[in-house]
Amino acid sequence: MNAISATPFIASKKLTLADPDWVRYALIGLTLGIMGMFLVLPLATVLIEAFAKGWSTYSASLTHPDALAAMRLTVLVAVITVPLTTVFGVSAAWAIARFEFRGKSLLITLIDLPFSVSPVIAGLIYVLIFGAQGWLGPWLSEHDIKIIFAVPGIILATLFVTFPFVARELIPLMQEIGHEEEEAALSLGASGWQTFFKVTLPNIKWALLTGVLLCNARAMGEFGAVSVVSGHIRGLTNTLPLHVEVSYNEYDFVGAFACASLLAALAIVTLVFKTILEWKRSQALKASRPAGE
Amino acid sequence: MSISVSHISKNFGAFTALDDINLDIPEGELVALLGPSGCGKTTLLRIIAGLEQADQGDVFLKGDKVTDKPVKNRHIGFVFQHYALFRHMTVLDNVAFGLRVKPRKERPSEAGIVKKVHALLELVQLDWLNDRFPDQLSGGQRQRIALARALAVEPSVLLLDEPFGALDASVRKDLRFWLRNLHHELNVTSVFVTHDQEEAMEVANRVVVLNNGRIEQQGSPSDIYDHPANAFVSQFIGQTNVFDLDEQGTDWLEAAGLLTPHQEGKIAHVRPHDIVIQKSTADNDAFVTLKNWQHLGSLIRIELIKNGSSDSNAAVYAEMPNDQFKRLQLSKGDKVELRIRHAHWFH
Repeated sequence: MNAISATPFIASKKLTLADPDWVRYALIGLTLGIMGMFLVLPLATVLIEAFAKGWSTYSASLTHPDALAAMRLTVLVAVITVPLTTVFGVSAAWAIARFEFRGKSLLITLIDLPFSVSPVIAGLIYVLIFGAQGWLGPWLSEHDIKIIFAVPGIILATLFVTFPFVARELIPLMQEIGHEEEEAALSLGASGWQTFFKVTLPNIKWALLTGVLLCNARAMGEFGAVSVVSGHIRGLTNTLPLHVEVSYNEYDFVGAFACASLLAALAIVTLVFKTILEWKRSQALKASRPAGE
Repeated sequence: MSISVSHISKNFGAFTALDDINLDIPEGELVALLGPSGCGKTTLLRIIAGLEQADQGDVFLKGDKVTDKPVKNRHIGFVFQHYALFRHMTVLDNVAFGLRVKPRKERPSEAGIVKKVHALLELVQLDWLNDRFPDQLSGGQRQRIALARALAVEPSVLLLDEPFGALDASVRKDLRFWLRNLHHELNVTSVFVTHDQEEAMEVANRVVVLNNGRIEQQGSPSDIYDHPANAFVSQFIGQTNVFDLDEQGTDWLEAAGLLTPHQEGKIAHVRPHDIVIQKSTADNDAFVTLKNWQHLGSLIRIELIKNGSSDSNAAVYAEMPNDQFKRLQLSKGDKVELRIRHAHWFH
């Protein structure tokens, strides 16, 4: 069997080294076709629909009080959740990269949990805890604290879905860099904060910014989890993605697509910055790799 | 005493890294902590620095108890095995780091800092590299920058973890001399960790031999070489032939002059240079055969095998100067006579 297949096997191996032209063109064409159909076409549709009734309708939709309220809320949610996620991400990465403790691998798994749980379920969890019929519901209503169908609920749900982003970027990097530079700084008399800002932060800044960027994109674009807890109160608890849905359901297509075009623009800006950051990181990595080692 | 360590113990889980260590290091000494890997020498250095906490015991620096002081308040200089230079800073900024993080009232002016850094860089002969980044330097240069950086804060003691471990053999040799001279010049109490006995003997004026978390012996290099306290030290420092009288026939050792009324134990350790060989005159008197030899520069290492022994691990090594060996005109397979001049006896 071996003897028989030996010759054709070598021959086919040679062939795979140089694929026939039709394979190359078919694969490239297929990829481009899929990209066009599922990415470029919808994006174009968003813009076409947004401007279907001209520039003035477009700008009127964007300056509608409900749309403006949705933008403000979206920005507010991002402004609150992104710093919290960043602090959490840095602390978690520090703990995991620097300390040995029981249950460390469990913690790493748990950090990834929001990636594997459906966002709708994430929202539902908060309803079950803080909602009127939830565990803490009676106590909260007694003290007149509103979480579900209010801004705090939206922030909590967004925190849940965004909190792995920064930690995930930092953990492998900090594990690779190691602890020696920080120990050196401490031995030279630097305080903990000086060590963090002068030594740790410069080493992780590009990865940290990438994490913050992705976290921001998710915080502004999150739909599922926020949808469950928000209650869709126009002008009060509608974020931009929710506003798009509400407008669409009410046949206000221009309104829906105008706001969608903002989210699409956010995605493109994020993509551009991410590419720049990745390039910066590869440059920094090249510079830090010891010569001849 | 510049550094005093008393009753230090440290465990990592079930592993005992250090077991009741007591050590005093006088002012101005250059001390080597020597031992095989896993003996606890780096842990001891890190405990002195404050980078690691001991489970028990105390550390004193210049008479002050520093056991509970964090590393930043101990005024030590620490040189890491892989240098740990700040990769995003230039050489100048690296060396200036310790001065720039000082509290405002202790901190020299920026001009003063730069002047001092240039002086330090001149001391390590690398001032011309002051605007480079660490990745643009060779290993030996990085090592010297790391040393300059540690010296910038004028530490009361200098601690070096395997300072030559990651360097090429030739660079390592140069740096050893250089470190010894630098120590002579600055006279700051220094402790370095090494697993290389040759390096310890060559650089340090005091050697502390560690094994399994305990101090086996401490003393000057010649003390340790000439008067090993136990079998471990004797075997770890330099080359040694081990003869266990219970396992080996004694007639050939008797012929070699090893067994005398003064014998003090069951196990004899004999340095290769304490074995003298000569060509056998009468075949039946000889107990060993010349198997092979290697050139070690000015010395020849001679591999001898006991007649009738098939165990290749049972080889006996002797050393003699090159020219002396040539005069003997020996060739492989010749029968030779041994004379053992000196042995260390252990039980």
